[in-house]
Amino acid sequence: MIAEQRGTERRGLRAAGREFVARVRGGDLGSLPLLVGLLIIWIVFQALNPTFLSSTNLVNLTMQSAAVGTIAIGIVLVLLLGEIDLSVGSVSGLSAAILGVGFVQLGYPLPLVLLASLAAGALAGLVFGLLRTAFGVPSFVVTLGGLLGILGLQLLVLGRTSSINIPFDSPLVQFGTQWFLPDWASYALIAIAVAVFGWSQVSMSRRRMAAGLVATSMTVIAARSAGLLVVLGVSAWYLNLTRGVQVPFALFLVLVAIMHFFLTRTRWGRSVYAVGGNVEAARRAGIRVNRVYISVFILCSTFAAAGGILAAARLSAANSSSGGGDTNLNAIAAAVIGGTSLFGGRGSAFSAVLGILVIMSISSGLALLNPDSSIRYIVTGAVLLLAVVIDSLSRRSRAASGRA
Amino acid sequence: MTNLSPAAPPRAHAPERLLSLRGITKRFGAVRALSGVDLDVYAGEVVAIVGDNGAGKSTLVKILAGVHPQDGGTISFGDVQTAIPTPTDSRDLGIATVYQDLSLCDNLDVVSNLWLGRELRKGGALDEVEMEQRSWTLLRELSARIPSVRVPVAALSGGQRQTVAIARSLIGEPNVVILDEPTAALGVAQTAEVLNLIERLRERGLGVILISHNIADVQAVADRIIVLRLGRNNGDFRVADVTSEMIIAAITGASDNSVSRREASREGEA
Repeated sequence: MIAEQRGTERRGLRAAGREFVARVRGGDLGSLPLLVGLLIIWIVFQALNPTFLSSTNLVNLTMQSAAVGTIAIGIVLVLLLGEIDLSVGSVSGLSAAILGVGFVQLGYPLPLVLLASLAAGALAGLVFGLLRTAFGVPSFVVTLGGLLGILGLQLLVLGRTSSINIPFDSPLVQFGTQWFLPDWASYALIAIAVAVFGWSQVSMSRRRMAAGLVATSMTVIAARSAGLLVVLGVSAWYLNLTRGVQVPFALFLVLVAIMHFFLTRTRWGRSVYAVGGNVEAARRAGIRVNRVYISVFILCSTFAAAGGILAAARLSAANSSSGGGDTNLNAIAAAVIGGTSLFGGRGSAFSAVLGILVIMSISSGLALLNPDSSIRYIVTGAVLLLAVVIDSLSRRSRAASGRA
Repeated sequence: MTNLSPAAPPRAHAPERLLSLRGITKRFGAVRALSGVDLDVYAGEVVAIVGDNGAGKSTLVKILAGVHPQDGGTISFGDVQTAIPTPTDSRDLGIATVYQDLSLCDNLDVVSNLWLGRELRKGGALDEVEMEQRSWTLLRELSARIPSVRVPVAALSGGQRQTVAIARSLIGEPNVVILDEPTAALGVAQTAEVLNLIERLRERGLGVILISHNIADVQAVADRIIVLRLGRNNGDFRVADVTSEMIIAAITGASDNSVSRREASREGEA
């Protein structure tokens, strides 16, 4: 009955723990299998190669993660709708090509070129969204066409020069390769993040208490904040032993946090989850479904373009293979491995972070063992399949325990 | 738990007419789904629409919900003649429709489903506290049994899901609530709860249109029964003066039909 659920008491640590166990039993695994998996991957690679968990290698790992991770944020969004975007690799390549040609060959000012790259991404997303909503073509096909078409555009923009080197002393490449947060700045950023987290939890708990709703107790909030502080602080400290926290990676984390806010605390975010859960119900509830689709495709392609810029900045080059190879697969795999369901309506912006860490750990660990990329592809593919199987299994067990 | 909102004025006083349909026709190609159907709905009244498959019940609901506009006839809301070309217009007029499939998002919790499409905001962000508090208030007014408003709707039973769907229709403060087969998929106890819920909607002074196949349910809660047959009105009964045989006769179009013959033969055997 209702009365039992309405208490003025706050839920303490023990209740929170019990709830967590019940959730896991019910198949709502959250990011638990992922953290366990990441731990296993790290232990195995550390055992095989003692440099794997060195601060230097982990710094490299974060540097490799920023670009594809940013693309994966967009993939999380389309997956939440139950859609897919296969063109993100090509879009990131096109954005890199526009950047290279505009900035190096034509000599336009950097901000203008960056804006043009992002706008090209947004435009591609708009076209996908319109094709998806106006003709009802499955996004799989639309973006598969987009993959090829935009790859063609990328080659067209590059013209005869198959590769453009961006000068090493340009601010863009400096940003992509040399900019690290000073130690104090990394700790300050963490302090701010934890403070914002703790403050929002406390104010929410106070408001819920005042409204007579079940509220999280101060002990639980303190424990969570302390946990967050320790995890982030230790990570930053370890990275700071060598070069530290790279600025593009910090930017990626900030983008994830911003998307998380929009997804969970705004009407737009709620409508994304609703459309992913039940399109017809969302439509009947008065949500403008087509606008949601189009906005998400635009965002996804824009994130892909931003990822392309970060990749070009790190590699100090834009060429015909920018955004090619395994970029597409890695971005999609990161989102899925991170726990965003392929079936729509379930997932979080943070899956981009956890997923990309898993993907890049595998990639970096195998690269240390064997420079050949054949094994890397096989293992990454196998991990993606494993993640999809876990997604399907947990969906089934949710259905069995009534949490579908 | 039973402190309800002020009850509707007693029905003996000439009740306010909320909705009035006159001569509604609707064709789908060569098929005449509705030909000249009349319907009145008064405040604080449950009107059941019954009829066999293909009688035009669903078409009538869809016209009111703004899914299909009618081809002919007039719709008046209050005393004003109006048109319902889209679902949004239907909602703006104060008509809330609870579809048979409930139209809930399984992945969202009860609060999110209740407020879907009309979320409360505070400074741009969602006001979860206010929404949750008002959800509890609404569910308590309906004496609804929901274990928690923060579980995904998928975790609820069929009756609880129906309750959430009906409660959601009340969020927009409608005048008329249309329930399409609300008890079709429910067990005995859950059906009883939904019927209680329908009575509470009536006590709130709403006009309730109940579409149902189940004559027993209809007789249990309805004040009036409108029978449709082959797209036409085929009877308008006050529940007090009608037997289920009369309703079945009106539905099937004759007093001599397979249902009544079966009844007769069983009585003969007894």
